[in-house]
Amino acid sequence: MKRFAAALLAFSLTFSINAFAIDPLPFQSNAQRLRFQHLTSELRCMVCQDESLLASNADFAKQLRRQIFEQMQQGKSDKEIKHWLVARYSTFILYDPPLAPSTIALWFGTPAIFLVGAGVVIVLLRRRARPADTIAEESGEDW
Amino acid sequence: MNDVAGKPFGRFVPLAVFAVLVAFFVVGLVWNQSHDASFVPSPLINKPAPAFNLPLLKQPAQSVSKASMLGQAYLLNVFASWCFACADEHPTLMAYRDRFGIPLIGYDYRDKPADALAWLGRHGDPYHEVITDESGITALDFGVYGAPETYLIDAKGIIRYKHIGPLTPAVIAKELQPRIDALERGGK
Amino acid sequence: MTPELGQLALILALILSALQCVLPLTGAWKNSRPLMATGRSLAAGQFVFVALAFGILAWAFWINDFSVAYVAQNSNLTLPWYYRLAAVWGAHEGSLLLWMLILNLWTVALVALGGKLPEAFFARVIGVLGFVSFGFLLYMVTTSNPFVRILPAPPNGADLNPVLQDPGLTFHPPLLYMGYVGFSVAFAFAIASLLGGELKATWVRWARPWTNVAWGFLTVGIVAGSAWAYYELGWGGWWFWDPVENASFMPWLIGAALIHAQAITDKRGGLRAWTLLLSIFGFAFSLLGTFLVRSGLLTSVHAFAFAPTRGLFILVYLGVVIGGSLLLYALRAPKVTGGQPFALASRETLMVVGNLMLTVACAMVLLGTLYPLVGEALNIGRISVGPPYFGPLFLLLMTPLVLAMPFGPLSRWGKADLKVWARALVKIVALAVAAGIIGFVVGARSFYQLLGITASVWVMAGVALFAIKRWREAPAGKRYPFEMVGMMLAHFGVGVFIAGAILTRSMSVEQDVSMRPGSSVEVGAYAFQFRGVSETKGPNWLAEQGSVSITRDGKPVVVLHPQKRTYAGGQVQTEAAIQAGIFRDLYVSLGDRIGDGAWSLRVYDKPFVRWIWAGGILMMLGSFTVVLDRRFRLKRAVEPETTHAKPEPAPPGKLADDHA
Repeated sequence: MKRFAAALLAFSLTFSINAFAIDPLPFQSNAQRLRFQHLTSELRCMVCQDESLLASNADFAKQLRRQIFEQMQQGKSDKEIKHWLVARYSTFILYDPPLAPSTIALWFGTPAIFLVGAGVVIVLLRRRARPADTIAEESGEDW
Repeated sequence: MNDVAGKPFGRFVPLAVFAVLVAFFVVGLVWNQSHDASFVPSPLINKPAPAFNLPLLKQPAQSVSKASMLGQAYLLNVFASWCFACADEHPTLMAYRDRFGIPLIGYDYRDKPADALAWLGRHGDPYHEVITDESGITALDFGVYGAPETYLIDAKGIIRYKHIGPLTPAVIAKELQPRIDALERGGK
Repeated sequence: MTPELGQLALILALILSALQCVLPLTGAWKNSRPLMATGRSLAAGQFVFVALAFGILAWAFWINDFSVAYVAQNSNLTLPWYYRLAAVWGAHEGSLLLWMLILNLWTVALVALGGKLPEAFFARVIGVLGFVSFGFLLYMVTTSNPFVRILPAPPNGADLNPVLQDPGLTFHPPLLYMGYVGFSVAFAFAIASLLGGELKATWVRWARPWTNVAWGFLTVGIVAGSAWAYYELGWGGWWFWDPVENASFMPWLIGAALIHAQAITDKRGGLRAWTLLLSIFGFAFSLLGTFLVRSGLLTSVHAFAFAPTRGLFILVYLGVVIGGSLLLYALRAPKVTGGQPFALASRETLMVVGNLMLTVACAMVLLGTLYPLVGEALNIGRISVGPPYFGPLFLLLMTPLVLAMPFGPLSRWGKADLKVWARALVKIVALAVAAGIIGFVVGARSFYQLLGITASVWVMAGVALFAIKRWREAPAGKRYPFEMVGMMLAHFGVGVFIAGAILTRSMSVEQDVSMRPGSSVEVGAYAFQFRGVSETKGPNWLAEQGSVSITRDGKPVVVLHPQKRTYAGGQVQTEAAIQAGIFRDLYVSLGDRIGDGAWSLRVYDKPFVRWIWAGGILMMLGSFTVVLDRRFRLKRAVEPETTHAKPEPAPPGKLADDHA
């Protein structure tokens, strides 16, 4: 019974943080609001790890949103703000991991897979495709 | 063309890729068993601790700063009265406070001083000093994102180690105490 | 007693599944007709027992039997009856049971409809499906039994996660599983053909309707999940590239590629090895999705820790099923691709390019989803991969596909007429540019708005040109076979989706505001006036309900009532209020009381957001329509190949040669 009660508690703890963030901040302009929304949507909330700073309702996210907002008012650029965050929380906070030795495979993986795939397709097509004039025009249904 | 058992080599590529994938999954599963996924290594390790100057919980008129702590290694334990896991950690701290060999400084994080005092009164006070950061602004510089967190800071003010989550006897024996001992040896 | 009966039913189903695997396969091997025939009754029996187990669990929810731990954890006395039933699949054990039930439904459907397939081939298909279901049943019985009791029974249960108390999420898992599990049929056909060493690719035609239906369900399942995230998670997004979503998106991409590869293999006899491989991949990614979600490997934030045995079991199962299949493929796949010849400029080439882009996109999603895991495994630090990685790369990879899309249907098999391409290109460019100019005149200014308009018209114009071409060239009555109508619907759906996705992104206005009763805020052309908050209650929740009246140019549009609910279990959940429209949604959700009468609210103007899901539904309708085509009506399997109607794969002799 005690274990069950503990399970219940765990459940309610998990779900009460599910409520999302509505956080009115006094932006100077619509452009600044958009910039803020864009920037915080690309940052990860460290506490509730599958949410962005924009969406998260955790206290931690709220505090960082305030911090980012204030830094914007001080005229800091997105780059400077990200630098400030990375110095404290590591690049884990960025949903857009910067190119580094540890992310080479991530960023170049897709182009590499594409090139290999395209290579195979090109070889296959060159080997298999025949000159157009050798292929008889089929009459009738083409479907 | 390379042939394996008379079959074109290319036919085995999907199987090989899949095998690599499964290997990663196995490592991932094992990793998940031994690590807390909420643990993110701090970029501040082996870097100077951020400057701080925070009032003492019990004598708010006095304060402790990074400069005033230079010259001795110490542990900085981030806690709060609202933090459930801190209550879990608390008995361990009570038991080990005198065994670390260096001071254990409490860092009361985003908490009302009165609540913290009541909490320490209820559970006991393991700390040699407690500093308070009611706004949590200084904690941002430390990269605190959840309590409890424990920092090992050496005599030159460099962060040598950080543990996220409750300290347990196992973590202390395996991770923390050897580092403290190494600092003590190196310092003398 | 009943819960124990459910467990018993599962164990009996497990035994039947083992027999369903072994007996028909042995029969096909030994050429024993009685053994082969056992497959049908074993599959039916297994269905009965799994359905019984499912019914017993549903009954336990119906009568609030909290002595069943699973019921106690996912339901309570105040939960309305419809959510009590949906709660059957509200958590791990029950969703597996649903997975099993759907697998059995597919198998039974196959037994009912596939009677004319060649006996040995059919027996192998049933055997492979038996193996698949054996693994899942073993998993359930050993690690995830939904019928475990807690004694003494608690007087009341916890609650169904309130996030799940929503119609969208009630239907999301069954639809998604229909898709996931449906790919097991194409998979079983492919494996059966490998096992039997089929020389002809006729199995592909038999598999096509099943693949189409599975993909259609997967599409609408993803649509339901996305729509649910939009209004229930409360931040107005519809796709987050989060690991769980990616897990369902990967099989979707492979399925889209498979549908096209199957068409080539069916009609032209080419790409046979590739179609086999994609059939395996489709199901592999479905299993992978289940593994990733159920092992807690990627969603480790969820507070309920997963037992390591569960993750390990699925991994071993995945290794056996997919590893075994790929080994079989390596050893037995046809060596040389056969099929009718084609020129470089042909429908075949365009479809191969499309396949390449879809597969690479799937690889990209896989890489990004797993990369954090790689970082941990290799100890190179924790890495986050999120929307800024997936979004732009996906857009980039889909660009050639979207550009090529109109030309696929307009090309002939074998050899495309370049003049037809040139004429179509001129018309499509003209239409797309015209649409862009109209958009500009109407007020579209940003790059993305213009991109959305031109790209979607590009695709839709292609469909329209094709429809006109058929109308002109094909004889009346044969103009639009179902398969073609399905293609047109699905491709048109892609156009609609593109418009929705890109226009929503570029035109949405979102604001978090703090408002006092009586104050108002302008969002786009609309004024939102906050009237205050009152209390209201539902069957198992209390809510604070805001009232927001929206006007445009002083004329009232609608009054919305967003809620902030507190459920019986203490969980807080927001319910956004949405005025849905064809061209725009107005969206309000209620945040916190800030003090002295003020509340925080989030207000949105989201143009074209419905088009995203409308596009998905068109794709689903398209893939279902394809199935109606005459082409897929099974003839007596004993009939020799040559009696089939005209457009056929290469003559059997030629195919056999290719295997040499």
